[in-house]
Order: sequence, then C-alpha cells, then structure tokens
Amino acid sequence: MTDVPPGYFLALAGLMFTIGVIGVLVRRNAIVLFMFIELMLNAVNLVFVTFARMKGNIDGQVLVFFVLVVAAAEVVVGLAIIMLIARRRASANVDDVRLLKW
Amino acid sequence: MPLDIPAVRLTGIAPEIALCATALLLLVIDAVLGERRNRWYLPALASIGLGLSIYFATEAWGTTRLELSGMVAVDGFASFVKITLAVFGLLTVWLGRDFLVRERAEEGEFYGLVLFAVAGMMLMAGAADLIVVFLALETFSLALYVLVGFRRRSLLSQESSMKYFLLGSFSTAFFLLGIAFVYGAVGSTNLYGGEDGPGIVSSFMATGASDVGLLILAMGLLIVGLGFKVAAVPFHMWTPDAYQGAPSPVTGFMAAGSKIAGFAALLRLLDVTLYPLREDWRPLVIGVAVLTMVVGSVLAVVQEDVKRLLAYSSIAHAGFVFTGLIAANDRGVSGSLFYLATYGITVLGAFAVVAVLSGRDDEKVTLRDYRGLFYDRPLLAGALTLFLLSLAGVPVTSGFVAKLVVFGAAIQEGYWWLAVVGMVTSAIAAFFYLKVLVVMYMQEKETEDAERVRSGPLSTGVIGLAALATIVLGLYWGPLIDVAERATLFFAGG
Amino acid sequence: MSLPAYLPVLFLVILSTLFAAGSMFVASKLSPAKWTAAKVEPYECGIEPQEGGVPGGERFPVKFYLLAMLFIIFDIETVFLYPWAVAYDELKVFGLIEMLVFVAILVAAYVYVWRKGALEWAE
Repeated sequence: MTDVPPGYFLALAGLMFTIGVIGVLVRRNAIVLFMFIELMLNAVNLVFVTFARMKGNIDGQVLVFFVLVVAAAEVVVGLAIIMLIARRRASANVDDVRLLKW
Repeated sequence: MPLDIPAVRLTGIAPEIALCATALLLLVIDAVLGERRNRWYLPALASIGLGLSIYFATEAWGTTRLELSGMVAVDGFASFVKITLAVFGLLTVWLGRDFLVRERAEEGEFYGLVLFAVAGMMLMAGAADLIVVFLALETFSLALYVLVGFRRRSLLSQESSMKYFLLGSFSTAFFLLGIAFVYGAVGSTNLYGGEDGPGIVSSFMATGASDVGLLILAMGLLIVGLGFKVAAVPFHMWTPDAYQGAPSPVTGFMAAGSKIAGFAALLRLLDVTLYPLREDWRPLVIGVAVLTMVVGSVLAVVQEDVKRLLAYSSIAHAGFVFTGLIAANDRGVSGSLFYLATYGITVLGAFAVVAVLSGRDDEKVTLRDYRGLFYDRPLLAGALTLFLLSLAGVPVTSGFVAKLVVFGAAIQEGYWWLAVVGMVTSAIAAFFYLKVLVVMYMQEKETEDAERVRSGPLSTGVIGLAALATIVLGLYWGPLIDVAERATLFFAGG
Repeated sequence: MSLPAYLPVLFLVILSTLFAAGSMFVASKLSPAKWTAAKVEPYECGIEPQEGGVPGGERFPVKFYLLAMLFIIFDIETVFLYPWAVAYDELKVFGLIEMLVFVAILVAAYVYVWRKGALEWAE
C-alpha cells in the first residue's frame, strides 16, 4: 500500500475547520452552533494526528486524548446550559435570546 | 520497551492540588450532609483550602525550575500570580456567602466551582507546555460558564451563560488550532524544551529546527484564544453580556481572575518564549491594544447599566495592561503584574458594593437606582467613589500608580505614542466614572426602596479590605512593586 | 496500493446490496398489499403514537438527558485507562497508585452525583 501524502489530511482538516467556522457564523440554533464547534475541535484533532505522523513522534496522538476528554466535558456543560434555557423557552434559537444586546 | 518513569515532584502544583482536593471534599460533604439551615462550614472549608494554596505558593517563592517532565514552571512569576489569585478567591468566597444566603442558592456548588476556577487560573500561570495551558484554560472556563448562569431564577443570567459558553468554546477551537500549528512547527508543544525533547525556546537556539512561518501563524491563533479570555477587542463581544448576567460576586471574580490568568499566559508566551519573534507579534498586539483602549473607553460612556459600564471599563483596562506587555521589558512585566493585582482588588471591591446595592435577585443595577445614593447610604457610596476613582487612575489611589508604571515601561521602550493613546483614553474613561459620581451625589432619589438589603458582615469586610488596599497601595506602593519586580525572574529555559 | 487486497470488501458490498434489494423485491411481489390505518402509523416499538403529537411521539423526560450526559462524562474518562493498561508492566506500583488516585476522584464525583439524586429515575 502506498501512503496518502500528509498534505491531503491537512487539507481535509482545513476544510473541516472552515466549514465549522462558517457554520458557527451563519446558523442560529444553539445546538447546531455547538455541533459546528465540535467539528472545529475534530479538525484540530486530525491536524494533531497528521503532524504526529509527519514528525514521527507520538505526542500528537496523546494530545488528542486530552482534547477528546475536554470536549466531552464541554459538551456536558454546554448541553446543560442550553437545556436549562430550552425548558423555559421551548426554543434553542439564539435569535430568541435577546434579553441582552449582542 | 523500557520506559522511564518521570520523577514526580508535586511541589510545583501543590497550590492547585490543595484547591482541587478541598473542592472535591467540599462537594462530597455538602452532598452527604444535605440541606441544612446554616452551612457555615462550607465557606470555612473553602477559605482553609485557599489559605493552604497561599502557603504552598509562598513555599515555592525563590525557586526557578521546571517540574513534571517540563510541563510546569516553578518560578517567582507563577508564585506571584498564584498568591494574587488565591486572595481574589478568598474575597469571592466571602462575598458569595452573603449573596448565596440572601438568594437561597446552592452553596456547595458555588464554592466548589470557585475553587476549581482558581485552580485552573493558577495552572495557567505556571504552565510551561501549551497543552497544560489548554487544560488550565478549559478548567477555569467551564467553571465560569456555570457560575455565570448561577442565578437560576433569572433568564438573563442563563442567556448570558449560553452566550459566554458558545463564544468561549468558539475561541477555544482557534486556540487549539494554534497549539496544533506550534506542534507542527516545533515538533512539541513545550514552551522551553530541554533534554526531554524540543520546545519553542530550544528550537530558536538550533537554527532551522522550526518552521518560523507556521510558528507566526500559530502565534496569531494563540493570541486570539487568550485575547478572548482577557476581553481584548475584537474578541470582547461576550464581556458586557456575561458581566451583566452573572451574579455580581461572580462578575467581580471574572473581571479580576480571568484577566490575570489570561495575561499570565500571554506574558509568559510573548515576553519570554516568543521574545525572539517580538518584531512579528508587536504590530499585531499593538493594534489589539489600541483598539481595546479606544473601544472600551468610548462605548462605556453610553452605558446605563452599572455592570455593563464596569464591563466596558474592564475592556479598557485590558488595553492598558497590553501596553506593559508590549514593552516586554522587566518593568513592563512587573508593571503588568502590579496593575493586574491592584485592578483585581479594586474591581472586586466595586462589584462587592454593586452586589449589596442591587438587592434581591440582583436586579437594581441601572444608573437610576444609584440616584442620591450618597444621602441614602453614605458609606457604600464613599467606598464606590474610591473604587471608581482608582479605576479612573486618580492620584492617591492604586490605579494611578499602576497606570504610571505600565505607561512608563512603554515609554522606556520608545513607545511613547502608545502611552499617549493610553492617557487620552484614560481621560475619556474618567468621564463615565464621573457620570456615576454625579448621579450618586448630585441627583435626587426617585422612589423609596420597598425593601433594603443590608450589607452582611462578610460583604462589609470585603469592601473594607478592598478600600484599604486601594488607598494603601496608592500611597505606599513600594513593597508590592518590589515583589512584582522580583517576580520577573522567569524560568527562561535552556 | 494493491487492489486485490480490497476485493473481499467489494464482494461484501455487492452481496449485501443484492441481498437487501432482492429480499425487498421478493417480499413486495409475494405479500398481499392491504393498507389499513394501523399500518401507515409511525412505528414506535408497539406503543400507540400520541394523539395530535408530532410524529415521533412525546418528548423524552429531561432525566433521560441528565443520565446520558453523566454517562458521557464518566465514559470518556476511561480513555485514560487504556494507555495505563498498555504500559502497566513498566509502570508497576507507581502506575497503580496514580490510577487509584484518578479513580478516587471519579468516585468522589460519583458520590456527589448519587447523593444529589441525579441517578433517581422515579419521581
């Protein structure tokens, strides 16, 4: 089997990260926004693994563990906050959140 | 495969361990004992934990080395920041106690989260590896997201929590991409590097060991992530909302704590490890600093809500600290530390007054509610006057000395025009602090309060201590400046 | 890249597609087509769909999300057990103590969650 050039992985990660950024900027549902942020984190994970392979050391793969765990903690806290609001409002749309000025 | 077990000396993170252990113990005790009428033992335990962490941080004063396989730096800089943070934590716990009893909110979770947040902030100060910076950043951010939404009955509080959370995790993703690029450029995420492996500092010494272009890109992304935490423009959007929605004691803690933690990481990153690249990061940071000072000061003028006003003031103050950071000399670093410590105490005092005045449900926070305050509650009005004058940088207060030191450092490096921008924006800022004073002293009170919240003994104590510190450090700043100067003995690497 | 190595995968894809399509085709030819009201209702594990509710039925109780979130957080922590298990032979007692401390922190969290009543399913 031949190797896929690492540049391809980086390009894919760059694409994923960009989709995430654009998604956060254009979508309005808090949960969807949050999913795009998770996409950005996963793009970074791919960058870590790719660099780990290019550099030939395993540090990058270890870092992914930490990112995964932190992302999970973030998901739990974030969903709890979103759920608290959704239960009172029956909506997760960030445009409905307008007690505060943006 | 033989595996070297790294030597583990926990002295480097003893303050953080003390705090996390206390927080866990506190949460378990609270959960096991259940609902009781007076849970005085919880703030007492939290205070003991914070006291222990001050003790451990003082023990580490004077040593300069890396620990835990080069992951954590133990140096004067870290100790200074850790002790300051523990003091902020103590003030917050005491202030929070009165607030929680008044609002009948969950006590155990509040103290636990404050302790976890302080531990995360402390870890930022000593972090010698970007992944540790990331973990520390997330530890204190997650705790703060929850603390901001702590007023369960208030939809405003929960909405501000959601906004802070979404924007915060968005900026974290950029920060993380920055770490990934550093890893790609250097082959490790360590700031210093050494026998264990490469790092940013050691890669500069060996020419050609790193990809400088990628490193500069990474640097920009890291500044975005940390700039968000210190509320620098253009990453400040969350600040007014989060400050307004959060319970007042938490707002004070956020303003004081996340600012010093974010700047601690920025100072170590830019002024120490990336010092050789200073000609590359300076233009970027100068742009951010000027924008921050101008936007913060100008937008504060039109605010009608005292907490939003203090939020914009906090943005402007981030800009002033940036001038010290840009100077990147010893005086700049020690000046920034002095600035952050005195600003933190003053702003905690200001929010302590706001917490008492805003009454039940933390609701009376508009300027209208402050009309004629001096004739109604002269002592609180007097304390708030002192804090506002210090934030404005009027002589005989600590805020004046702090501004003098950071602007002096910038002038010393030839950035006199940056100091001029700082002074002009300070003058604009003085206008809105004066506006509050005019409302308090020269306007008539409109309506009588239906019920009036008395300042509890702990709140009074916090306000008194903060006022005392503001005056004493304004007159007799020498000792703290000396300590801050000795705190610039970084672990420099190599 | 050696294509022959992927031939089994190709066969599997073709076979499974053929089987799925084939059985659906045969079923549609052999079975009598009688549409009743019950048959066009959305399928919900034998439970009758709610009157006037959205397709998909009632809302899940919030407790379900709470449990799911607690599961995620405890579940992901086990990721740290894997590298420890792999390096266990070299780490010896040191690793064991480290892991005991780690698990003790999780137990503290568990006690907290349990005593706060987050695991109670009934009202």
